[in-house]
Amino acid sequence: MTEKTPKNLTTWRALNSALHDILADIPEAFVLGEDITTWGTGGGIYGVTRKLVDVYGPGRVRDTPISEEVLLAAVGAAAARGTRPILEIMYSDFSLLGFDGIINQAAKARYMFGGQFDVPLVIRTNGGSGIGKAAQHSQSLETIFAHVPGLEVAVPATPGDAYGLLVQAVRTDNPTIFLEHKNLYYDKGEVDFQPVAFGQARIARPGTDVTVVATQQVLHAALAAADQLAEEGIEAEIIDPRTLYPFDMETVIGSIRKTRHLIVGHEAVRDYGWGAEFVAQVAEEAWDLLDAAPRRIGGARTPIPYSEPLERTVTPGRDEMIAAVRAVRGATMAEAGTPA
Amino acid sequence: MFDLHEHGLKGLRLMAKIREFEQRLPALSQEGLIRGSTHPSVGMEAVAVGVSMNLEARDAIASNHRGHAHTLAKGADFGRTMAEILGRRDGYCGGKGGSMHIGVAELGVLGTNGIVGAGIGIATGAALAAQVSGDGSVAVAYFGDGGANQGVLAEALNLAAIWSLPVLFVLENNHYAQSAAIEQMVAQPDFTRRGEAYGVPAIAVDGMDLPAVYDAAETAVARARAGEGPSMIVADTYRYLGHMAGDTEIYRSKDEVREWHTRDPLTRLRTRLEESGILAAGEWERTQEQITAEIDEAERYARASALPDPASAHTDVYATQGWAGR
Ligand SMILES: Cc1ncc(C[n+]2csc(CCOP(=O)(O)OP(=O)(O)O)c2C)c(N)n1
Ligand SMILES: [Mg+2]
Repeated sequence: MTEKTPKNLTTWRALNSALHDILADIPEAFVLGEDITTWGTGGGIYGVTRKLVDVYGPGRVRDTPISEEVLLAAVGAAAARGTRPILEIMYSDFSLLGFDGIINQAAKARYMFGGQFDVPLVIRTNGGSGIGKAAQHSQSLETIFAHVPGLEVAVPATPGDAYGLLVQAVRTDNPTIFLEHKNLYYDKGEVDFQPVAFGQARIARPGTDVTVVATQQVLHAALAAADQLAEEGIEAEIIDPRTLYPFDMETVIGSIRKTRHLIVGHEAVRDYGWGAEFVAQVAEEAWDLLDAAPRRIGGARTPIPYSEPLERTVTPGRDEMIAAVRAVRGATMAEAGTPA
Repeated sequence: MFDLHEHGLKGLRLMAKIREFEQRLPALSQEGLIRGSTHPSVGMEAVAVGVSMNLEARDAIASNHRGHAHTLAKGADFGRTMAEILGRRDGYCGGKGGSMHIGVAELGVLGTNGIVGAGIGIATGAALAAQVSGDGSVAVAYFGDGGANQGVLAEALNLAAIWSLPVLFVLENNHYAQSAAIEQMVAQPDFTRRGEAYGVPAIAVDGMDLPAVYDAAETAVARARAGEGPSMIVADTYRYLGHMAGDTEIYRSKDEVREWHTRDPLTRLRTRLEESGILAAGEWERTQEQITAEIDEAERYARASALPDPASAHTDVYATQGWAGR
């Protein structure tokens, strides 16, 4: 890959640059999806595939019919047969139409056939709420994917990570669910054009008093909460795992060793969410490091409603994060006899 | 048979009312009153109206993302429908659904839908319930040329055919699926062949002509009601506006859009009514004024409706009572 100087880009631009670089560098890679060449200014519902077809042509940049079931089945096999497909599913909710292809086939092909097949497939899609897309265009399905043996799951929160994780995803030989967040496409940030290894968390803000592990919109809510908390004398260490599988437990445990308090936040429904699995792992591996019971914040156990006041109610934000941190820290301070 | 005297004015009035309703949506979006995506079907009114004029309240429809016309033609209240699109308390779903999830149980509206193709399976299920319960109702699936490329269509056509389910598969071919031109997305442009391949009688109609749609639907509904099974109607039509607010429409030419306007279903029917003397000169203008006033009222109602109580976000997730037994 050619060396590029870092730039300040929006997430969609960063992803678009990643796709341009991938197609330039990896002849086996190709891109397909619905409305990826003729929508907007020529590239997908959020612009991520912009102008790819102009450079790489309709053989490697393909508009597809609305046929998620066959697409999700076909790309797994195309990957097993030596190509590196990058399939855009317009909203992650639509991937549910092709779960056989993802979960019964692509995720299991390597294992069932005794390791004979690589399935270097990337399914790019977006999840999350916040812009009124309602129940069937706003789900956060990352837990479901992370639950499936054989799949890797990336959840970038910044433009830089979006770029780095995407180029990495195409290089790995496992099927990857690449979950963008629809409300972060227009966020700007520094992009250094370097790949980001899966399973390496990023410390988004260093702190000493509580470890907050969060993804995407909730990560940003945590960062916003941290300023307020700092004024109250609580320094939160905020960690972005960046990939849910593989998951960087080491960085988190290292942080808890220092802060002795833990909160996990995600937009996926809290009940049975990945945060529960993660907290359970911490409890098993590092029980003694915690001074207070950990807490989870996450989506309410409801579909995502349309109307704004309702949508806001069911998704966790800055206020929920502040309340959770106060509760976890307050428990310890009360025990130590300090007024909370 | 469509009778100009009996059905003409009624059909024209309903189409015009739906159009007046939908034409206001882009401005409401601009004003920030509509979130997410709304898909107006301006230009396509004859399909929903022609089909629905043959339906009864007990019949079911399963719609798609472009579903306001289907819903309104089935008898939904214009004010409550608009209130739902605006996410208000008095909307049919209390603001939980929005444009893409408007359901009206008492009218058999099984929802507009955010998942392209989903209505095909849903209408098949409604027809199954009709057959199992023997309630005499029929069901309609509305879907587009894009939706026709979902695998569920093949499965539904076959299932409905082998079980003789009382269902109409109404394909609105408006030549584009979002930005995808139909020519690039199907190799066999004659969609009726799909129905026929599964043993479902299929007819192609001019979807810009209310009488044509009406007649096809009349036959299909009669067939379904008589227990003779499913039918498919392929309506050739066009959407005048973008796929949704903000559509740059780089995938089609202005000339093409203009050309389709010359086939406008409202203008055509109005002309016929005037030529046959059913509509007197100047009469339509007065009717149109009334319609405008009715939609003003619907809009006023929707705007005045309060936003829902945030606590209502947590209701309706589960049933609170089970079947009590007999
Ligand atoms: C399963 C699924 N895939 C993709 C989409 C995104 N999408 C919404 S409408 C649409 C085009 C549908 O075209 P068509 O069925 O022809 O209906 P039209 O919009 O033309 O009325 C697409 C791709 C979706 N909502 N659901
Ligand atoms: Mg269409």
